[in-house]
Amino acid sequence: MKDVIIIGAGAVGCTIARELAFTRLDMLVLEKECDVAAGTTGRNSAVVHAGFNNRPGSLMARLCVEGSRGMEALCRELDVPYRKTGKALVAFDEEDMEILRKLKAQGEANGTRGLRLIGKEELERMVPGVGGIGGFYSPETAILDPFKYCIAMAENAAENGAEFRFEEEVTGIRREDGGFTVTTGKGEYRCRVLINSAGLYADKVSAMAGVNDYHIYPCRGEYFILDEVAEELLQMPVYPALKAGIGGLGVHLTPTVHGNIIVGPSAEYIDEADDYACTPPVMDKLWQEAQALLPTLKRRYVIGNYSGIRAKLAPENEGGYRDFVIREEEDCPGLINLVGIESPGLTASRPIALMVREMVGQRLPLVKKENAVRTHRFPPVFAKLAREEQERLIREDPEYGEIVCRCRRVTKAEIRQAIENPLGARSLSAVKYRAWATTGRCNGGYCLNRIVDMLVREYGMRPEEVTLRGPGSEMFSGEVK
Amino acid sequence: MERCDVLVLGAGPGGLAAAAAAKKAGAERAVLIDRDVRAGGILNQCIHDGFGLIRYGASISGPEYAAKALAEAEAAGVTLRLGLQAVSMTAQRTLLAQGKDGLVEFQAGSIVLATGCRERTRGAISVPGSRPAGIFTAGVLQNFVNVRNILCGKRVVILGSGDIGLIMARRLTLEGAHVEAVLEVMKEPGGLARNISQCLYDFGIPLYTSHTVSNIIGKRKLEAVEVSPVDDAMRPIPGRAWTVPCDALVLSVGLIPENEVALTAGVAVDEKGRGALTDEYLMTNLPGVFACGNCRKVMDLADYVSNQGTLAGENAAHFVQGEPLRTWNDRESSGMVKGLPAPGSVTCPICPNGCQIVIDPETGAVSGNRCPRGLSFAEQERIRPMRTLTTTLRVEGGPVPLVSVRSDRAIPRDDLQEAARRLKACCVRPPIRLGDCLAELEAGGVTVRMLAGEDVL
Repeated sequence: MKDVIIIGAGAVGCTIARELAFTRLDMLVLEKECDVAAGTTGRNSAVVHAGFNNRPGSLMARLCVEGSRGMEALCRELDVPYRKTGKALVAFDEEDMEILRKLKAQGEANGTRGLRLIGKEELERMVPGVGGIGGFYSPETAILDPFKYCIAMAENAAENGAEFRFEEEVTGIRREDGGFTVTTGKGEYRCRVLINSAGLYADKVSAMAGVNDYHIYPCRGEYFILDEVAEELLQMPVYPALKAGIGGLGVHLTPTVHGNIIVGPSAEYIDEADDYACTPPVMDKLWQEAQALLPTLKRRYVIGNYSGIRAKLAPENEGGYRDFVIREEEDCPGLINLVGIESPGLTASRPIALMVREMVGQRLPLVKKENAVRTHRFPPVFAKLAREEQERLIREDPEYGEIVCRCRRVTKAEIRQAIENPLGARSLSAVKYRAWATTGRCNGGYCLNRIVDMLVREYGMRPEEVTLRGPGSEMFSGEVK
Repeated sequence: MERCDVLVLGAGPGGLAAAAAAKKAGAERAVLIDRDVRAGGILNQCIHDGFGLIRYGASISGPEYAAKALAEAEAAGVTLRLGLQAVSMTAQRTLLAQGKDGLVEFQAGSIVLATGCRERTRGAISVPGSRPAGIFTAGVLQNFVNVRNILCGKRVVILGSGDIGLIMARRLTLEGAHVEAVLEVMKEPGGLARNISQCLYDFGIPLYTSHTVSNIIGKRKLEAVEVSPVDDAMRPIPGRAWTVPCDALVLSVGLIPENEVALTAGVAVDEKGRGALTDEYLMTNLPGVFACGNCRKVMDLADYVSNQGTLAGENAAHFVQGEPLRTWNDRESSGMVKGLPAPGSVTCPICPNGCQIVIDPETGAVSGNRCPRGLSFAEQERIRPMRTLTTTLRVEGGPVPLVSVRSDRAIPRDDLQEAARRLKACCVRPPIRLGDCLAELEAGGVTVRMLAGEDVL
């Protein structure tokens, strides 16, 4: 019998796992995909929000501001790429300025620091080439690498004793005296406290435990990924003033910690929680809106598309946001539900985890684990190192001299470390998100073959076993002959 | 800091020719670097024949062509540095490269860029739909199939009619996959007429011009693509789509000159085509930095790339010596016939002109040929079309899983698939030398020898 089972290894589930792994609780994380960060965590704008978007008094507002304040130190502790860029919102007319004035007042009520309205000139200085008559500046907004954030949380949790099981989709939950029995495709697991952090499927998981109070409305956002032009074109995220609409933040431009720009997201309610398609009408509209915001954008900068899905509690006809649900269910003692964790869930993930930790503490003793490790380190990122460091690494391990991913200058040593990751995730995406190979302008045109070759010839996989994102996403049919 | 007179980036056909020419033109030290551990670049995965028509007067495979070009460079005394990836360069002609032995800095009297091109991707053209496993660019797949012995799938749709896509349509067919269709969004196919004819028509593979993939279906693994006709603005026409089940989608939608290293030094590139801009001496905006081949402007034939490399290498050496430079004429490399073969014609493969020969069935009168050499080919096409078979054989116990082979003479076209199928069972062991006979095959009454296209030691 486990003390705690967490369902879902997204940013929130993994952060909870890390916090609880500092205690002596025996813990298991169940994830239906083959790796962490496979859902909404890995499919968003990667922004650390400063907290002015949310209604004062809401959990969203409070946890977002807390999360934002602690994020820099947390990322340092976990070796996660983070950059405090600030963020600009652009007004195109007086109506927009009025919206921004209200937003500033809302942010101040929430405790967001440093917000101020800016004139056309200052806006132009901050974001050269941007359209608009003026705007609003938030100095506390930041960007981070959401994959590494989630991976670091999970690896740190695992190092401190949390057990992760992948490709285990929960299919049933039985309530029993003093706990739960959770059934997956592969086995049965028992626990005292069950934490439902299943993101887009949190309503279904809750219902399996007998709590039918929720309905999640998947709301898709599509994105463009642009080449590494951020340094030249965009130093901070730029958002439009948001006129009333369904709950999103409007199509915005965001630089990434890797130097790309992402454009999006749209907001469209869809039927299936795993329909990650990109659609021509939305892509066309996205591009138009992005160009209205920043006319210097060129179509040839586009190197990819993706989409993410928001786990919304507010249905389409209601619009806007409903607050996070984070509670132990009265009707189902021991079940801690996290439902409707959409934006700003990534920013708020640590305060959410601390809240959940308190709830767990009501049921189980939280005894501090001796010798728990709080810090986490990733293998070095070769391309980011000074030349002397690079030379030293190549001397120590000649595989650092061998570039596998040309666009990102990722070396064979880094690919190897990504393949041999501590969580044991073995797919091309697992390598991609850790080593950041295949993410450049050639979309893997050079490195994909080399990575597959390593998996086949050095790790003994058969070609038909190589997957893009776990079982069901096999890349190849087998050998030619 | 390593010093050299001429430094050449990229050991594909352009770079090999440039380095050899620089040496022949009197450069004291000509260094050729390449990121791969084997010289030849993309030629090594192009196991089909059709290379060498200009340079060597014969139709040979990519690996064979690479071997000849390499032998010429070695004979000329080129210093070959393989496994070295260029990272950045400066306008003062210094270059930083990286390999297993560490970081290396070069100072060159002149530099020749021969960095080739990369493929346009799905990401760049925003093909709509989901992002499942099973989508490849044609060159990536060519590498998997011809070099690494990995097959993408059994039912394939090809988007784009660029030459690599056409070549892969034939390769996949010969390896037992079924190519459902080739789709081209433009009104005319982009590849060479000889490839349309010998890669698609020979195998009855349908080509749909003015069509595109309007949706990709399959959440984790590709299940099907939705195919739509397009209007004059190349937009899918609503309501006329149909679905083609498939497990692989291959993109052959264009090539982009690869100038990432050149850009670090400020080499000017064409805003639209992304090729390095040069003057008539093949020199870029940076004095002493030359460019040739696909990184300058994507070319139709490796032979043209080699010719241009030769001139760039020679000029690079003369630049260092202060000698006058020679000029390049772009017309020398644009003779190929592209698009759909003329109706009822035979596309002559004997030289790069690709003449569209028509023989009047009534009178026997021949037209369309610019020289008499294609006549017997055209006659043969009428009676019994004959083709060279190029494929791979499985290598057991070697450093690589496959070796490329070419038949020493043509076999009847209609026996190609069966012959390739029979060769699948064949397995060879190293050492293998280029030109070794690795198998004998009787096809349609013709006995052919399958000759190794490369060394496997």
